[in-house]
Amino acid sequence: MTTIPTAVEAKSIVKAFGQGAVAIKALDNVSIEIKQGEFFTLLGPSGCGKTTLLRLIAGFDTPTSGKILLNGDDITHLPPNKRPVNTVFQSYALFPHLTVAENIGFGLQMQGRPKAEVTESVARMLALVQLEPMANRKTSQLSGGQQQRVALARALAPTPKVLLLDEPLSALDLKLRKEMQIELKRLQQETGITFVFVTHDQEEALTMSDRIAVMSAGHVQQIGTPRDIYTRPANRFVASFIGETNFLSGQSDGTSVTLANGARLPMSAPQGRVNLTIRPEQLRVVPLGTEGAMPAHVASTVYFGTDTHLHLHLEGGIDIVARQQSPAQGGEAMKEGTPVGVLFAEGALLALED
Amino acid sequence: MANRAFEVARLPGFRTIALTAFVLLYLPIITLVIYSFNAGQSVAVWEGFSLDWYAKAWENEAVKGATYRSLIIAATASAIATTVATMAALGTTRRKAFKGQTAIYVMINQPLMVPEIVTAVALLIFFASIKVATGYTGLWYLIIAHAAFCVPFAYLPIRARLEGMDLTLETAAGDLYASHWQTFRYVTLPLMLPGIIAGAMLAFVISLDDVVITEFVKSGGQDTLPTYMLGQMRRAITPEVNAISTVLLALTVALLTAFFLLTRKNDK
Ligand SMILES: Nc1ncnc2c1ncn2[C@@H]1O[C@H](COP(=O)(O)OP(=O)(O)O)[C@@H](O)[C@H]1O
Ligand SMILES: [Mg+2]
Repeated sequence: MTTIPTAVEAKSIVKAFGQGAVAIKALDNVSIEIKQGEFFTLLGPSGCGKTTLLRLIAGFDTPTSGKILLNGDDITHLPPNKRPVNTVFQSYALFPHLTVAENIGFGLQMQGRPKAEVTESVARMLALVQLEPMANRKTSQLSGGQQQRVALARALAPTPKVLLLDEPLSALDLKLRKEMQIELKRLQQETGITFVFVTHDQEEALTMSDRIAVMSAGHVQQIGTPRDIYTRPANRFVASFIGETNFLSGQSDGTSVTLANGARLPMSAPQGRVNLTIRPEQLRVVPLGTEGAMPAHVASTVYFGTDTHLHLHLEGGIDIVARQQSPAQGGEAMKEGTPVGVLFAEGALLALED
Repeated sequence: MANRAFEVARLPGFRTIALTAFVLLYLPIITLVIYSFNAGQSVAVWEGFSLDWYAKAWENEAVKGATYRSLIIAATASAIATTVATMAALGTTRRKAFKGQTAIYVMINQPLMVPEIVTAVALLIFFASIKVATGYTGLWYLIIAHAAFCVPFAYLPIRARLEGMDLTLETAAGDLYASHWQTFRYVTLPLMLPGIIAGAMLAFVISLDDVVITEFVKSGGQDTLPTYMLGQMRRAITPEVNAISTVLLALTVALLTAFFLLTRKNDK
């Protein structure tokens, strides 16, 4: 990864809206490096500044301070039509007065490419997104998924260095969204173009991305691969935003941590009070009295189909959720009040910085 | 449907009132059209069908001159008014509310609010001094006066069209390498075109129909169709006036129907 050149770099970006006391910092000192050919995702709750960052990369807005670099060149103040960067808009923003083919060819035409090249390129794009029969339709005659593909083809046709996608799938229903996720991944691999993808859906981010930047309230909380972010969340926000997790607190002596129920678990953490987290699937529910298991009893069970969540009550007032595969057909679900033992998978308990 | 909305149509006597209103509105117009085909001299006594009055009007040099002037003035004035209105609409819509916005709307729409007779007198005095100073007595006084009061009529449909337009489309055009001018030429203009055409047609009809301002501003021998007809009324009325009115009516209805169809398409 270290040898791959950087496509987009955001350097200490601050973006404030409004003046003086009422100013909101939509982005507060954000720095991100996106590699060439990467599927990079900006993930965070609504209002955390994802769209704002995308608009700065596209050139629709300029940062209050900081720089945007593209392949090493400072493009902070370049207008959008001078940047080899294209956007897939959340609302698609297809031109209603043009046909599908004219929409796809728009960028190339504005660049003044020869007619033959435009025609050929449009045909290639139509094939890529499997919309050849629709070439001469008006965009209003297409379904949501088809419009989505036209928007993609239109943005890809001028072969930009970077493609920006602002929650492109959020308007689609679940089934279509799953199909488009696969389609997007395929398009990215076939074209080799750097994708910067925005979503507030953590599952979508985990399944599609090479790397993810988790954002909240104008700050980048963590950047890493989906596995990094899921298994080693940097802080409480990331741990709770990505997937489900349990939070505990403990007392550390540097080499081991003591929980409220008196259990002592070996792990290295700064001395003093520490915040800990463990994923529900890292808990093992075993018969009471099993070697090393902490005593607990089942407070309630919640059935999710493949999985069942067991809400467990430990000594010292610890409440914790364990995820288990649902029992095979005919098997009995665990009853409320059943006494059990709980084991933590090795290395699964993490100390969080706050 | 226990809680139905107040429906005026269910009030007693509604049918009678509505019917009376329609009769009062349309009966005179229908009569006018019918008597334009009268064979006799009267606009009140039917003497058989003929197209004589159309032929007479067609051969009348004064009518020809007035028609020609009416069309020239309406075409030129509506073209000017539409251009001004287009620029005004582009300048006043598609942006955050700004200081003085209401004042600008009021100013653009001034001709809709100031009594026409006041504007007419003001223009008469204003143009009179220019006539004295320059000696020019051509049609341009009428064209400029018409253009001025047609602006708000052209402005309203264009503004409505622009306000319904998605600004992201222009952002998208810029993203796809279009310069400001290309964005206007290939995205903004085609999308606002139905509004512009509708505005131009409305302005054309309004200009064609004007009496008060024209009567005040025109120099000798500059009658338009409406002022010519007004002049005729002062003498003996013949079905020739009916014939001219019928043609004007047909033209106006055709233009307004087209206007209606164009603006209705906006909603889609
Ligand atoms: N043009 C603007 N004017 C004022 N505030 C804005 C503007 N654009 C975004 N914001 C604010 O900046 C913050 C981040 O917005 P945005 O980037 O759209 O978030 P996201 O895309 O992550 O949902 C929000 O608090 C939003 O209200
Ligand atoms: Mg957003």
